Amino acid sequence: MPDDLLRLDGLTKAYPGVVANDDVSFDIREGEIHALLGENGAGKSTLVKMIYGLVKPDKGSMTLRGKPYTPSEPSAARQAGVAMVFQHFSLFDALDVAENVALGMENPPKPRDLARQIREVSETYGLPLDPSRTVGTLSAGERQRVEIIRCLLQDPKLLIMDEPTSVLTPQEVEILFETLRKLKSEGTAILYISHKLEEIRALCDHATILRLGKKVATCTPSETTARAMAEMMVGSSFASPAAKAKTPGEGLLRVDNLTMPAPGAFGTPLRGISFELRAGEVLGFGGVAGNGQDELLLALSGERTSQRGTIWVKGADVSRDGPVERRAVGFLTAPEERLGHAAAPNMSLTENAVLTAGRRQRLVNKGFINWGRADGFAQDVIKRFDVRTPGTHVAARALSGGNLQKFVIGREVAQNPDILVVNQPTWGVDAAAAAAIRQALLDLAAQGAAILVVSQDLDELMEIADRFGALNEGRLSALRPVADLSIDEIGLMMGGAHDMEVAHVAE
Amino acid sequence: MIRLEKRPQPSKAWTVLTPILAVILTMIFGGIMFGLIGTSPVEAIRTIFWDPLFHPQFANFSRPQLLVKAGPLILIAIGLSIGFRAGIWNIGAEGQYIIGAICGAGAGLALYPMESALILPLMVVAGALGGWAWAMIPALLKVKFGTNEILVSLMLVYVAENLLASVSSGLLRNPEGMGFPGSRNLSQWSSSQNLELIPNTGMHLGVLTAFIAVILAYVLLTRHIQGYNIRLTGEAPRAAKFSGVSPARTILFCLGLAGALAGMAGLFEVTGPAGQISIDFGSGYGFTAIIVAFLGRLHPVGILLAGLLMALTYIGGELAQLMLGVPGASIQLFQGMLLFFLLGVDVLTNYRVRFGAAEVA
Amino acid sequence: MDLSNINPILLVASIMISATPILLAAIGEMVVEKSGVLNLGVEGMMITGAVIGFIIAINTGSPLLGFATAAIAGAVLSLAFGVLTQIFLSNQVATGLGLTLVGLGLSSLLGKPYEGQKTVTLPKLDIPILSDLPVVGRMLFSHDIMVYVSLGIVVAVWAFLKHTRAGLILRAVGESHESAHALGYKVIRVRMLAIMFGGACAGLGGAYLSLVRVPQWTEGMTAGAGWIALAIVVFASWRAGRVLVGAYLFGGITVLQLNLQAAGMTWGVQYLSMSPYLITILVLVLISSNRSRGSHNAPANLGQTFHATR
Repeated sequence: MPDDLLRLDGLTKAYPGVVANDDVSFDIREGEIHALLGENGAGKSTLVKMIYGLVKPDKGSMTLRGKPYTPSEPSAARQAGVAMVFQHFSLFDALDVAENVALGMENPPKPRDLARQIREVSETYGLPLDPSRTVGTLSAGERQRVEIIRCLLQDPKLLIMDEPTSVLTPQEVEILFETLRKLKSEGTAILYISHKLEEIRALCDHATILRLGKKVATCTPSETTARAMAEMMVGSSFASPAAKAKTPGEGLLRVDNLTMPAPGAFGTPLRGISFELRAGEVLGFGGVAGNGQDELLLALSGERTSQRGTIWVKGADVSRDGPVERRAVGFLTAPEERLGHAAAPNMSLTENAVLTAGRRQRLVNKGFINWGRADGFAQDVIKRFDVRTPGTHVAARALSGGNLQKFVIGREVAQNPDILVVNQPTWGVDAAAAAAIRQALLDLAAQGAAILVVSQDLDELMEIADRFGALNEGRLSALRPVADLSIDEIGLMMGGAHDMEVAHVAE
Repeated sequence: MIRLEKRPQPSKAWTVLTPILAVILTMIFGGIMFGLIGTSPVEAIRTIFWDPLFHPQFANFSRPQLLVKAGPLILIAIGLSIGFRAGIWNIGAEGQYIIGAICGAGAGLALYPMESALILPLMVVAGALGGWAWAMIPALLKVKFGTNEILVSLMLVYVAENLLASVSSGLLRNPEGMGFPGSRNLSQWSSSQNLELIPNTGMHLGVLTAFIAVILAYVLLTRHIQGYNIRLTGEAPRAAKFSGVSPARTILFCLGLAGALAGMAGLFEVTGPAGQISIDFGSGYGFTAIIVAFLGRLHPVGILLAGLLMALTYIGGELAQLMLGVPGASIQLFQGMLLFFLLGVDVLTNYRVRFGAAEVA
Repeated sequence: MDLSNINPILLVASIMISATPILLAAIGEMVVEKSGVLNLGVEGMMITGAVIGFIIAINTGSPLLGFATAAIAGAVLSLAFGVLTQIFLSNQVATGLGLTLVGLGLSSLLGKPYEGQKTVTLPKLDIPILSDLPVVGRMLFSHDIMVYVSLGIVVAVWAFLKHTRAGLILRAVGESHESAHALGYKVIRVRMLAIMFGGACAGLGGAYLSLVRVPQWTEGMTAGAGWIALAIVVFASWRAGRVLVGAYLFGGITVLQLNLQAAGMTWGVQYLSMSPYLITILVLVLISSNRSRGSHNAPANLGQTFHATR
């Protein structure tokens, strides 16, 4: 076919213990938007890294416009006209926009010319950006623009986008889609990686679906239902969390005008956050990453203590208490980052059980650790939450992301907290594990616990939360019942429209 | 092409095997070094590792020396290792050792020539306090201002050395010493002397204290929540904060403990083997203890064995100087090589080595 | 004591001499740290440079050859550090300490036969016109070539980091090795080169001690200069210009202290000798307590091990 831009033929890549890609073949045509669809761990990242020259395939070949294409390194890929926007950005916080752009180019022009070009491209594609800003001070959406502009300056034939919308508000997603459609109309092909089915149906011409490293299908998204694509992607059906029937009880956690300075040079300050969390309810906080989620979690867990009178548990002021004291009164938290924050990578699961459960589960007596009890508790968690591991002696880093996530969430749930705050509970977790974690949270709420879920996955929040609020630049929007929210309203809340009357007008 | 692949979890076997491998590599390359300076490698290695224990003529003298040298090394290394476990890099133990000796000796000499069984215990406490206080300087500066403890603790070694020079020719100078720098001989004053507990073993109070420290450190690290918190801080500082461990308290505890142990080591040395405060009292134990701590894998039992091994290289080194005429510095280099090889082969504990096609990376 | 013996012209001139070893070591270490590597072995590389430079100079009669060999020796020693930390992924703090211990042992072993010997030193340059200027001529323009080489290196490092693509890549590697790797830059290669540059500079600094400043070989003659160089990098918050300021300030303190001793200040020579170390601590405290200015400028990946996965 003459209009094939890139043809992949039998690409195979194996890592010890896992075949990341197994005989994957498909074509990307000139000027099309081609979706690459699959669950976490389906092998999307490895495939893309082979196209971008970061990883060399064990077997198989690639052909770019009829010529053999074997990029030995990313710069070779860039020279051949392949550019990539990364999922976890490839940016340098302490450097400015122009320097970041220059680092992603093969032959960057002189600094002054480059700044001019950045301005031109950013105007042409509706991506406003100041070349002299330090990247660390940019929002997630702006950071993505840096990546995109870096690619566009090189006139790529193929633009790879890895999960680009996970950091954007619905409105920003629309802007991005406009940009991508414009690029397509100019003849640039786009390989669009995602697991969000509606996006793909709205944007893409073709879709290739990967499951467990193998290609399972290629389809035309606009002619395929989301349900059908989901089934191809997951392979089997899984239980959706049970429906909720709630009568919220007494207020357990009250946050009152919580204001804190940013923890570091590139953090977000918290500005006057107030809310009440009641027994039996699930409250969901959405928002684009970097709008104060991590900072709020640090303040709630007690890792950073706030001013007196800002955080109340069951009527008692805990603002100055550390994590140990807060756990003692039944106030538990689970941070976003599994390895290094919620769990120590090189320590065993038993040791990691002591990390938060030492006092509450009476694993420590007069300063001495009862390793027998600790091991028993770790085994309980493993059993109850179906954590797949050879045993409790295994180091945390040896577990897959989903299994470790089940362990660290399970560790808190199993302590029967009165209040549980979780950040990104299902980030990077496969669908079945995510469903299990959400179910565990709902069950806990049904038993009368108060739960706050902070997440960037709006679908997740809509599924399990009773009330919804959005974080924007460290501020919390008004809280609204999930049942009568539209996606437009959510977008406005995330974008920082604090005046809810505006949102009502928009309805 | 050689590739490294991270193990899912640290290999237990290699944890034990790497120090042994490092010793063997050091013997090989140390042998080459001795060959280069014109000494028979086999003879040099035998003189260092075998003769101190089994030479028909020298062993009787050098065998007790093993514990005498190992005592302070182990005691200091135990303190350092607990800090290293938490990612707190106190490399100024030499200074804490010197200040401990000065404070302990000063406390004792203030009471000279009184005779009391309480004087030595008082001196031990003063020595420990001196070392503790000296270590509190980097600790407090780190807690208050975030100042780098590596540089501060090291700078304080030079300050301590100058203080040592000052007191040995000033404040603590022996009034009956005919103007020579150096304090009264503490090992000849019955109230302060730290004698061998069992004759001809080298076993003195300091060595006993070192053994007790090994046991207590083992219990602390494996059974006690404080030890757990220390390990957690070193493994994952953010997880430690999440767990509720106060970084400031961990820093104060670790540096304070290391300082107190180093100070005690200094006191036991000045009341025993060294005998007096003098300009050349600083013997480098504080630096060698860093090697001991790593060679012992920061594990109390490992440190016990590593301290004995390192003491052996000291004594063997002296023997080699005497019998083969190798320069003393070659032993220092030999010890440095040991640390280097250990750090190098340590990769085997956490990574698998694979031979195969190159990864484009 | 008689302070009038202190000649201000000679004072400035001797500050430049006394600052040069630390300046060389510190500017090299700054480049290493900019690439994200913390090499605590500066002291060991300096003293190795000092002994090697001295041996070569005394045997060949050429101090410049001594400097060249000292740079190579420092680089070779730092290569050992590089192999251990970058390829064998060892802990940088521990390996740096090990490097210092190895360097101290190696140097005293090699230097034993040379103790107390004299060597030819570098001649003072006689720059036409400039050297003949009154006051400033003797103060600034009558030094040996290495003083100007060290200043040249500072300027070159500044220009390299600020204006070249290679400098940008080096900074990028130090900021985020993950991102740099994702863009296809060779993190380990960049760091290896930086480490070797740092080693060469430390070697030069050491050789300046044994060939010009003292000029003699004595065991342990660096006496913490390498550690002070490390402190100066922190003081300078990783900026080349400030490394120059820091090194000259420190040189000033050392010279002043020596001058006071020479001027016959009798009370406690030891207290004067310890003053440079105390002042270093003081400066470190001031810098670290003023966080808004200083420490956020540290390369984000400083001291972290990089291992490319998948």
